[in-house]
Amino acid sequence: MSAPAEETQKYRDHEGPYFGSFGGRWMPESLVAALDEVERTFREAKADPAFIAEFQRLSRDYTGRPSLLTEVTRFAAEAGPARMFLKREDLNHTGSHKINNVLGQALLAQRMGKTRLIAETGAGQHGVATATAAALMGMECVVYMGSADTKRQALNVARMRLLGAEVVPVDHGAQTLKDAINEALRDWVASVENTHYLLGTVAGPHPFPEMVRWFHQIIGEEAREQILSMEGRLPDAVAACVGGGSNAMGLFHGFLDDPEVALYGFEAGGDGVETGRHASAITLGRSGVLHGARSYLMQDEDGQTVDSHSISAGLDYPSVGPEHAYLAETGRATYEPVTDAECMASFEMLCRTEGIIPAIESAHALAGAARLSRSWGEAGEGKIIIINLSGRGDKDVETAAEWFRLLPGQKNDPVAETDTAENGADGPSPAPETGVQA
Amino acid sequence: MSTTTAADKHPATSASKTARAIEAARSQGRAAFVGYLPAGYPDKATSIAAAIELARNGADVIEIGVPYSDPVMDGPVIQQATTEVLARGFRLPEVFEIVEAVVEATDAAVLVMTYYNLIDRMGAEEFASRLAAAGGAGAITPDLIPDEAGEWIAATDRHGLDRVFLTAPSSSPERVEKIVAASRGFVYGVSVMGVTGARDQVSDAAERVVAAAKSAGAERVCVGLGVSTRSHVEEIGRYADGVIVGTALVTALRDGGPSAVAALTAELTGAGASR
Ligand SMILES: Cc1ncc(COP(=O)(O)O)c(C=O)c1O
Repeated sequence: MSAPAEETQKYRDHEGPYFGSFGGRWMPESLVAALDEVERTFREAKADPAFIAEFQRLSRDYTGRPSLLTEVTRFAAEAGPARMFLKREDLNHTGSHKINNVLGQALLAQRMGKTRLIAETGAGQHGVATATAAALMGMECVVYMGSADTKRQALNVARMRLLGAEVVPVDHGAQTLKDAINEALRDWVASVENTHYLLGTVAGPHPFPEMVRWFHQIIGEEAREQILSMEGRLPDAVAACVGGGSNAMGLFHGFLDDPEVALYGFEAGGDGVETGRHASAITLGRSGVLHGARSYLMQDEDGQTVDSHSISAGLDYPSVGPEHAYLAETGRATYEPVTDAECMASFEMLCRTEGIIPAIESAHALAGAARLSRSWGEAGEGKIIIINLSGRGDKDVETAAEWFRLLPGQKNDPVAETDTAENGADGPSPAPETGVQA
Repeated sequence: MSTTTAADKHPATSASKTARAIEAARSQGRAAFVGYLPAGYPDKATSIAAAIELARNGADVIEIGVPYSDPVMDGPVIQQATTEVLARGFRLPEVFEIVEAVVEATDAAVLVMTYYNLIDRMGAEEFASRLAAAGGAGAITPDLIPDEAGEWIAATDRHGLDRVFLTAPSSSPERVEKIVAASRGFVYGVSVMGVTGARDQVSDAAERVVAAAKSAGAERVCVGLGVSTRSHVEEIGRYADGVIVGTALVTALRDGGPSAVAALTAELTGAGASR
């Protein structure tokens, strides 16, 4: 790609372990040797043309890269004045951006001589991607998944099993993503000799935040090239949902050192940040250490992790990758919460106006971008927003059907009719009896 | 990050309560016995009573585990116990009260075992100051490595507290040196690559872990993870300065209360027979 030859690459080349005061390795000593090995292997691989060629070949011939950049005129017209383009990570093999990082790390695992992959998963997309790579490369695969998530993403559990992976439901704690990570770490401490922990986001101890970002950086690089060739200019803003933050970091990376491009990350606002039932760690702004990194963390006065809540299993995580904490602190990127209700209104709107069913995770980015477009008023006319459509929504059809009461026997009562207007979608869940939340 | 202020105050062994307790056992020709129990399990009064039984039956050092929402180094037994404590509304200051009560009632060195975010949230200085005020000897921090411990090292130096870092079978010689240099009181040798939980056998890695720490200059190395029988204690006692037992004691407390802790501790320490 062709970044303008600016000498002020302040953000793009930032390496771990620290991002400002965030990041590091807050980990049991037992795992430090394994982290060192991963870091060493990653640095060697990055400098090895054969590795790069193999990663690019898989990205092209297996994942289907480059992913499209699609202008969504009907959605944009309903949302506000700005033009909107979707970066179509939903069209990747396995249905989300997660596959980029998974193929990269699986290649590294092979390079280290590991024969077994373990992973945590929330929405199931990262687990599916990991199971897929394990099948492709002939490796053993175990995926840890909170039991609350195995219920709300049951189809993905079946997909992983079809792909030959063992799915282990995790029953303790909140039974969501954070508990799945705890269990994967416990496995890894005992199995490092033959096992690689394929962490699915830009969180965790060094070198994961830097390494996972590197494997996803292609998203932003492609988007930048595509918008330049389609429109001859950079976008005014890019937007992505933020759970751990991998799809956002991948998109942001292409624009980090273009100060004219605003970067927006949208966190899961659940029932609303003021209710305490949300997953907006950056918005809360309390620093702490969890799962190997110092970052923003949802915690009580004693430092106990507070359970997060979101309709989206993939964003239901009480912390966030340390580089996002740094970008928030420096003001380079802006992070805002999007409630379940706002998200689902945009989910419905994209289905109806564009014939694209987004992942509920990605619908947070759509809702945030729509809010941004409206906030510009007339000044937004002709402005361009690129939104990362990080995944497709097949896995979420059941949740959406319950939310909108579309199942046989339920009263057909689309929330969209009452809730898409302005930003009045902050109210409580219209269908709290769905039973999809933990 | 790291401190300079206390270089003069610290390697003085006698200033370390834990070192003194371990040396006292050594002078009796035996390895120290280190017993772990979770704070507030099953309730505050019982956890204090159980810790006192540890000391009465031969424990030289007591670890009070602080319940934490995300205990990645703990197996199912300890997880279950600490989750129960949290579910009944445990608050952090309770730990200092428990430490104080155990210190008053026993001669054992009393350390807390805590995941680092609990220290971080309170502030390293505040945590250290309250622990010292309660008479605590120091803290074991299973998810803190010396590389990240600047604030904690400074705070423990200021308050004369022991800080115990872990060394593992996977630790490189360079890392072992760093860990030994940063530790005070003793070095915690992780016997096996894994999490807490009773095991049938002592891993043969344990002896190598102790040897590596000793050759890096450690004066006191205690071994833990999986130790559950008198024969494990005897075996480890031949090459280590102390033996750490956790899960087996927590199971005893769960199933039989403080008296079961007393009986198991007596059996593990051999107190019934030789003392
Ligand atoms: C489609 C999709 N988008 C986003 C996420 C959130 O992860 P991250 O914030 O790392 O991009 C997930 C996680 O499961 C996902 O499946």
